[in-house]
Amino acid sequence: MPKRTDIKKILIIGSGPIVIGQGCEFDYSGTQACKSLRGEGYEVVLVNSNPATIMTDPETADRTYIEPLTIEVVTKIIERERPDALLPTVGGQTALNLAVALSDAGVLETYGVELIGAQIEAVKVAEDRRLFKAAMEAVGLPMPKGGFARAWSDAEKLVETTGYPAIVRPSFTLGGTGGGTAYNPEEFEEIVRGGLSASPVHEVLIEESLLGWKEFELEVMRDCADNVVIICSIENFDPMGVHTGDSITVAPAQTLTDREYQTLRDMSVKIIRTVGVETGGSNIQFAVNPVNGEIRIIEMNPRVSRSSALASKATGFPIAKIAAKLAVGYTLDEIPNDITRKTPASFEPTLDYVVAKIPKWSFEKFKAAEDVLGTQMKSVGEVMAIGRTFKEALFKGLRSLEATTPLRLENVAPDELQRKLARPNSQRFSYITYALRNDVSIREINRLSGIDPWFLEQLQDVMHIQTCIEGKQLEAIDDNLLRTAKEVGLSDRRLAYLTGTDELTVRARRKTSGIVPVFKRVDTCGAEFESFTPYLYSTYEQEDESEPTTRRKIMILGSGPNRIGQGIEFDYCCCHASFALRDADFETIMVNCNPETVSTDYDTSDRLYFEPLTFEDVMSIIDVEKPEGVIVQFGGQTPLNLAGQLEKAGAPIIGTSPDSIDLAEDRKRFTALLTELRIPQPPAGTAVTSDEANAVADGIGYPVLVRPSYVLGGRAMAIVYDAPALEDYMRTAIAASPERPVLIDKFLESAAEFDVDAIADDESCVIAGIQEHIEEAGIHSGDSSCVLPPVRIEPEHVETMRHYTRRLAKALNVRGLMNIQFAIKDDRVYVIEVNPRASRTVPFVSKATGVPLARIAALVMMGRKLSSFNLPDDLTDTIKNRFFIKSPVFPFAKFPGVDPVLGPEMHSTGEVMGIGETFGEAYAKAMSGAGLTLPREGTAFISVNDADKGAAAVVARRLDKLGFKLIATFGTSERLRETGLEVETVFKVNEGRPNVVDLIKQGDIAIIINTPLGRTSHYDEQAIRRAALQYGVPCVTTMTGAEAIIAALTSNMNGETSVITLQELHAITI
Amino acid sequence: MEDKQAALLVLEDGREFRGRAWGAAGECVGEMIFNTSMSGYQEVLTDPSYAGQIVCMTYPLIGNYGVNERDAESSRPWVEGFVVREAARVASNWQAEETLDAYLKRWNIPAIEGIDTRALVRHIRTRGAMRACLSSVDLDAESLLEKAKASARMERQELASVVTTDVVYEIPAEAAERFHVVCYDFGVKRNSLRELASFGCRVTVVPSTTPAHDVLAMKPDGIFLSNGPGDPAAMDAVVTEIKHVLESGVPTFGICFGHQLLGRAFGGSTYKLPFGHRGGNQPVKDLLTGTIEITAHNHGFAVDGASLPEAVEVTHINLNDNCVEGMRHKTLPVISVQYHPEAAPGPHDAAHHFRRFVEIMERVIRDV
Repeated sequence: MPKRTDIKKILIIGSGPIVIGQGCEFDYSGTQACKSLRGEGYEVVLVNSNPATIMTDPETADRTYIEPLTIEVVTKIIERERPDALLPTVGGQTALNLAVALSDAGVLETYGVELIGAQIEAVKVAEDRRLFKAAMEAVGLPMPKGGFARAWSDAEKLVETTGYPAIVRPSFTLGGTGGGTAYNPEEFEEIVRGGLSASPVHEVLIEESLLGWKEFELEVMRDCADNVVIICSIENFDPMGVHTGDSITVAPAQTLTDREYQTLRDMSVKIIRTVGVETGGSNIQFAVNPVNGEIRIIEMNPRVSRSSALASKATGFPIAKIAAKLAVGYTLDEIPNDITRKTPASFEPTLDYVVAKIPKWSFEKFKAAEDVLGTQMKSVGEVMAIGRTFKEALFKGLRSLEATTPLRLENVAPDELQRKLARPNSQRFSYITYALRNDVSIREINRLSGIDPWFLEQLQDVMHIQTCIEGKQLEAIDDNLLRTAKEVGLSDRRLAYLTGTDELTVRARRKTSGIVPVFKRVDTCGAEFESFTPYLYSTYEQEDESEPTTRRKIMILGSGPNRIGQGIEFDYCCCHASFALRDADFETIMVNCNPETVSTDYDTSDRLYFEPLTFEDVMSIIDVEKPEGVIVQFGGQTPLNLAGQLEKAGAPIIGTSPDSIDLAEDRKRFTALLTELRIPQPPAGTAVTSDEANAVADGIGYPVLVRPSYVLGGRAMAIVYDAPALEDYMRTAIAASPERPVLIDKFLESAAEFDVDAIADDESCVIAGIQEHIEEAGIHSGDSSCVLPPVRIEPEHVETMRHYTRRLAKALNVRGLMNIQFAIKDDRVYVIEVNPRASRTVPFVSKATGVPLARIAALVMMGRKLSSFNLPDDLTDTIKNRFFIKSPVFPFAKFPGVDPVLGPEMHSTGEVMGIGETFGEAYAKAMSGAGLTLPREGTAFISVNDADKGAAAVVARRLDKLGFKLIATFGTSERLRETGLEVETVFKVNEGRPNVVDLIKQGDIAIIINTPLGRTSHYDEQAIRRAALQYGVPCVTTMTGAEAIIAALTSNMNGETSVITLQELHAITI
Repeated sequence: MEDKQAALLVLEDGREFRGRAWGAAGECVGEMIFNTSMSGYQEVLTDPSYAGQIVCMTYPLIGNYGVNERDAESSRPWVEGFVVREAARVASNWQAEETLDAYLKRWNIPAIEGIDTRALVRHIRTRGAMRACLSSVDLDAESLLEKAKASARMERQELASVVTTDVVYEIPAEAAERFHVVCYDFGVKRNSLRELASFGCRVTVVPSTTPAHDVLAMKPDGIFLSNGPGDPAAMDAVVTEIKHVLESGVPTFGICFGHQLLGRAFGGSTYKLPFGHRGGNQPVKDLLTGTIEITAHNHGFAVDGASLPEAVEVTHINLNDNCVEGMRHKTLPVISVQYHPEAAPGPHDAAHHFRRFVEIMERVIRDV
């Protein structure tokens, strides 16, 4: 069937900010959908609140709204745009939920918008576990035993049929938020009650435990002619009980007979038809009992998902792109396979390699959180690796994770080992290999962990090879053994460790012995047809298929797995570098290992190497491709950490030199430079020992800001107020990284902070954006909301920052992007840090100014003059009548027991942008985009420290004017009453009941303003923040934040919400 | 990971692959072909259509779930030799009865692992299926090359007589018997018989050389022409018998080799594909309904659509290369598909063809 001509304009909803459970895979799928629909001639309107995405680039859609994903705002957009259709299946759960809400609210009907890609009824059947269960059982498909509870009394009855352990899953939540496994009645009650309140419909599903069953996923696609194909099967390394997002997964399935696999295939076909997903992709999860092959259907996602992004990368079959085409009426046989060109999309990819996906966790960021994995997803990113064997794929994947300090276990007590094997945790893999090395039997490890013996055998093979090598001299290892070690995926670094030598020596030996990798293609068809797409992976075999060209080529190193502090922003920059250089007629070569990204789409760059970002793997590609330039400045810390080593090995690093990057990172060299330039920085020093640290701190005075060198996202950064705390800090820092110095800076209390992005070449420097942090100093820049243009700054300080930026760009010989953090205290501008590379704020600034910074920077790095772009000296000045605010989004809700307080260590996973004609409107939109509902009435709770009491009176008066009732703790209420305000007094947590937390839990508090009072009230504040988080009450912890939120409340209550496209904002493109 | 014995695979054009021996120690010659199914190696090994061939699995990890009696498609494995990237040492599945290695040893089938199977597949894809010699006892490449060259080509090879049943036997219908079907066994797979039985057919399986006269004397409601190995052009005697069957007006259903023989019986010709279709992901379009089925294939020859007479209609084509995948006679109750509706291994999308056959038998019985 040809495409539909009765629809012309299609609205696509994105997935909003990156959160745990919904990562940048939806930028990949949304971007593919936009490109594919525009390619078919449709006008595409896009709405997404996340500025750090490729999909929100003004070139991706025809009309781009960076606006909060709420019913009100999207209704406004629909009213303004009048799209014919809405595609809700490429923006994750967020888009699907919003589409259902728009339909339920009658908006789609009112404006005649047709849902394409999924019908509301089908979405409801798939998403509502009750309907789904009924639908499956009606056609004889096996569902787990159990049922739904809307109250504790229902739950009590259900658990009698399921027994313990019982699985509790709240309806309609992301990544299983609020769910869990209950092993006893006490846990059961706790989880059920938590789950009921986490579910927006106050419902939980209670089911028999399938713990230890094998878990499989199938990716299914259906077209409007009812043709169904399976794109990929995925087997989970971890058995049931661990969220699939937290499990190592493998494609294709490894331990199913064909008969078993075909049964799952038949069921998948039946499920997609029964649920009624008319066109598009779905993900279906199954549990299979390892003892007797019994099957249970776990769930179905009637949309593109994290797994379908993985399946797309694993097979070369672009699910989201095809899903978009199917949604407009094409059938699978009408769509060609890009890779083979000859064959149609109506086939099932076959793999002649193995794919392993490994999650990346950030438990180290959430100290109080227990490192236990369950049905609630905790990982913040993932890597994928391709190898010709499972062993090779797995070990390539493990090194792609960039574990800073590999866990080298020794002398683990037997009971500890048992516990670590039995209870899933982020380090279980290391305990398994430890157990294998210490002769624990596979049968025993399988008994404890439920992990299939086949996987364990594979690991044992590798452990065996390691044992053959360990302790030997490298020269004593023969070529056969060395080749075997490389074939199973052991890195040069690992071999160097095992043989007591260094990586370069192993590399040299390998090359002498002719043991070098070859590159094979991902071609969807097991080599049955010729492949026209250079999508490559390395392996140790005979034949190389890379076929490098003789064109002028540039290699771009990506940013690896997402993690807190290094996320989608850097992938955005890498993609832009690739687009720009491709347009400038260079062949672009992308290297990355993150399957969620746009950069690892096979058509983003001319050539894609899906490989780990390590020195060894990158050099192997450079050896084959011999690029004219390598870009390391766009992928965050991952490629930067390789820059020096690569350069030494002869790789042509272009742009700002690794030496300049080091100059900016090396505190001693940097301080010397600033002194020479006479640019002030907070008094600072470095220390390797505790004694040195004490001396430095005494010299500059407390409080001090301490952190290790060479980190991103403020990892392990802290503000220290006294000597004992400093001693504590140093002890852990030295243990973690003994050779690297700790940086100690004077902490500028209550300073205003600024981020400045700039592009420079040898002749000029363009200031791209001066962003003012809304929270004051002490909160990591990635966790602070910021506004562009700045709103509370003296003109002379702007000039000073510009001046310093230009001088630093010159002094550091910057060729490309750079980011500087400034602080202003007591009318003095200080430089906090300089990063001569792409920063987290590049996409935000690009969207706000309409200037594609990363693109321009890439061209500048290749030698084009910055002056040739005819940019103004400071792009901030081009912003007229608008405010752009970037606000962070936090994962605290996923980590019970963690204090959701902001500090110098970054905790946010994603960001949103709010655009407004006033500061208040922009901030209100940013808050709303970040998922916070701003109240219009109710009670404001205020509790502030003495220093803030004056400012609190101003804030309280404004809240009073807006019609809020005021309530405060004893000290604050006294002060407020003195100014003539009517204020109720409430107990602090430790003063008696009912206290403020009780009021929050009862829903009696609409907004909280609570600045830290100091050590004694720490517990109180933490309890308030947790309760606020749990009950969704806006909670502000700084006075500048309070002022901002009041501006937002005011704007909201004045009804100032306008929507505008980027294309209208930046009518003139550069 | 004990040191394994070496093995060598040499193709008739001189390309050689050195790897490790597994399965039985020994030597074999045959046509080197590849299969792209990611699972179902046991069904492949026991499919009689692979007689005379050395099979390379494109999926690199083979043997993971072991071998079990239930998944055998005939009484024994028929491949000459087996080529994989990495053979599993252990079997991990609740149904597994033995490891694949032990099974191959038991049936004396030589195998090689640890070679660049993708390079092998690309070689065959560009140069066509060719003869090969695989050995773990003779590691001299020159010698294996001579042996490969001395072996029989697949063209003009008659192999049905090697794999067919020696005796006539019967499979009872599942539940109530509704039809009696005679199956010409050119190398039939058990799942075809099971499928027929599940539709209420009592199936009498006869040797490939059984005269039409004897078959018709059994008063069948339908005749099933099975899959099988070899070149359909080498089957003139059988084709003559099939012509007699067609003349009888008894509903007839041919699959794979049986489809090719029907094509020849209709007066059409068959030809050898460069490297065949073997795998479980082949898209076939039903030209009558427009729907697509993902199907299991195993064929090195095909019917030339242009050679078919007016009375025969092409009903199915392969979307990858447009080759003929199904036919029906416009007046006679005869249908055929080039692929495997019985799957095993492979997707079950095409199982409905057995129903089509049953419906034709129903109609003919009703009309009589």
